[in-house]
Amino acid sequence: MPRKIIHQAVTERLEILDKDGRVDKTLLPDLSDDQLLTLYRMMIQMRKLDEKALNLQRQGRTGTYASLRGQEACQAGMALAMEPQDWLVPSFREHGIMTLRGIPAHLIYAFWKGDERGDLFPEGVNCLPPSIPVGSQLLHAAGVGMALKLRQAAAVAVGFAGDGASSEGDFHEALNFAGIFQTQTVFLIQNNQWAISVPFKRQTAADSIAQKAHAYGIQGIQVDGNDVLAVYAAAKEAVDRARSGGGPTLVEALTYRMENHTTADDAIRYRPAEELLYWRERDPIDRMRKFLVSRKLWNDKKEVALAEEAAAAIEAEVERLEAMPAPSPVEMFETMYAQMPWNLQEQRDEMAREVGR
Amino acid sequence: MTRQQAAASQQERSLRAVESPAERLTMVQAINQALKAEMERDETVLVLGEDVGRDGGVFRVTEGLLDAFGSERVMDTPLAESGIVGFSIGLAAAGFRPVAEIQFMGFLYPALNQLFAHAARMRNRSRGRTHLPMVVRMPYGGGIHPPEHHSESYEALLVNTPGLKVVVPSTPYDAKGLLASAIRDEDPVVFLEPKRIYRAFREEVPSEPYTVPIGKAKVVKTGTDLTIIAYGSMVRQALEAHDALARDGISAEVVDLRTLSPVDAGTIIESVTKTGRAVVVHEAPRTGGFGAEIVALINERALVHLKAPVERVAGYDVVFPHALLENHYLPNRERVVAAAKRALEF
Repeated sequence: MPRKIIHQAVTERLEILDKDGRVDKTLLPDLSDDQLLTLYRMMIQMRKLDEKALNLQRQGRTGTYASLRGQEACQAGMALAMEPQDWLVPSFREHGIMTLRGIPAHLIYAFWKGDERGDLFPEGVNCLPPSIPVGSQLLHAAGVGMALKLRQAAAVAVGFAGDGASSEGDFHEALNFAGIFQTQTVFLIQNNQWAISVPFKRQTAADSIAQKAHAYGIQGIQVDGNDVLAVYAAAKEAVDRARSGGGPTLVEALTYRMENHTTADDAIRYRPAEELLYWRERDPIDRMRKFLVSRKLWNDKKEVALAEEAAAAIEAEVERLEAMPAPSPVEMFETMYAQMPWNLQEQRDEMAREVGR
Repeated sequence: MTRQQAAASQQERSLRAVESPAERLTMVQAINQALKAEMERDETVLVLGEDVGRDGGVFRVTEGLLDAFGSERVMDTPLAESGIVGFSIGLAAAGFRPVAEIQFMGFLYPALNQLFAHAARMRNRSRGRTHLPMVVRMPYGGGIHPPEHHSESYEALLVNTPGLKVVVPSTPYDAKGLLASAIRDEDPVVFLEPKRIYRAFREEVPSEPYTVPIGKAKVVKTGTDLTIIAYGSMVRQALEAHDALARDGISAEVVDLRTLSPVDAGTIIESVTKTGRAVVVHEAPRTGGFGAEIVALINERALVHLKAPVERVAGYDVVFPHALLENHYLPNRERVVAAAKRALEF
């Protein structure tokens, strides 16, 4: 008996917009000028959100914060591909897309300040609270995607994780469940190449995360995660496929974490400085700006106006944050169960006496 | 079944005065009825786990469900405990009521992250906006002479996790009613099934759906000299001890906790206030076990009524022994009787 090949697979990488703002016209997604401008605006808004968050942390006005700088294209591209009824299942570096989906920035800041009310999202926004145990949320995205399928809803669940999460068992179990049950799920892995201090090559001996899709019988693709057009194109294809019953997709967006892991980290201890320079030249916002300018859709005047508008919007959110009354300590008992059991009632009353409420 | 238990069972039936038709069922059959009834009652109820579909579960608890409800509502999952619980969390967050089966409690560990880090926390984390009406049910405890990892009872881990409810029935009647309550509950409930008594005895179970409230213990024997507090399969040992003590003229009250979280402190304290002595029985290891919590509750709320230290009869602080030695590990009537006598002779 000869040896037979039982499986062969190829994994594609998609790039559309290069670092100098030039596009491959044959791959350019079908987007209106307004949509192109929306993608750019989204990225600027996220960067303002992020810069302000870092400032607030430095000033001691919020707590430990995980920056999303450098990953704006990943989140904007997916945001534009999603429909209002879709579900977001985020990890802890997805507050950019969370704001784009309708969660006000002051709630994001409240979360990073250590205020649980930051996770009390407005009605109508289908988003689970950020999950901190790495990779565990991908199973929820599979489960939500299954629920949508069972209900025959024209909606998808988008689960987010990073490169580190691809080493977790739950990554495997989530993709396996999604593949077997053909759930309406898209997995967006933002491979920012660093899991705190551990580089991507220590997460896997494989060339990519995208190729792992083959092992689960689902679609997989790698995109240039700093190319918002490529992210959008891959994301749109994936959400359309999931929505129409075509099964789940693993999208790996290869990007770079421009900041420390969190404000409690010091990346200089473990990251070569040249790497940062290399990626700074590939900034997702700069290249999109060059593209829009070349298309005569953008100019310095518009840039200044947008920067002012985004900054004013963020300042208003900071005001809303700081206008939030301090949380009442007894709140910690209120949402443990639908009905408060006797032991919590006793403990709440004990605390209420202590704090004089 | 002993004569005394038969008499007790007869007494229970008359107390219930159930009008509807009833059958004599094992706990396995009663749980199966509850699943069927709840799936009929509410189309958002789903069953998922390893071997729960075509096979009907390794203990046949889910037998017939696949044929009755189809593969979209009765899902044979891949062999992945974290996956089963994590997938259920997603289903529950998006509006379903999953009833997940973990094949044995000894295999729950891979799912603990999902259970502790997410299921227990989602309502609080989202400040009430997202809640998870889900049940994770599993056979637990020893007594069936299986290989390693099939006999564990780590309920204390679960009870020490705020956000979960933990329910342990000890009879077919309660199993059916408590599971119905668990499935209808708006929060995650871990439902521990004492597999040693899955088929150990039958009792009359009404055919139609009913609920037994979560959070309510039951006084299964009234007595005056001491209180034996037990749950799960240990209720049988407590009842046997009750009968043995009765032959010596000792009147023991037996409290079946039925729910461990939230525990029914009122019933425990009322009983111990009356009797002044207590023995707590569980098969989980002694140190840091749930018995310690019961002893602490009694000390906090009924110390002045105590005539003796509260006794604990528990599994030893050892790895659960394999088949040949498991009967030496598991608390039995003799150990409960001896503890009762220590309390009485103090």
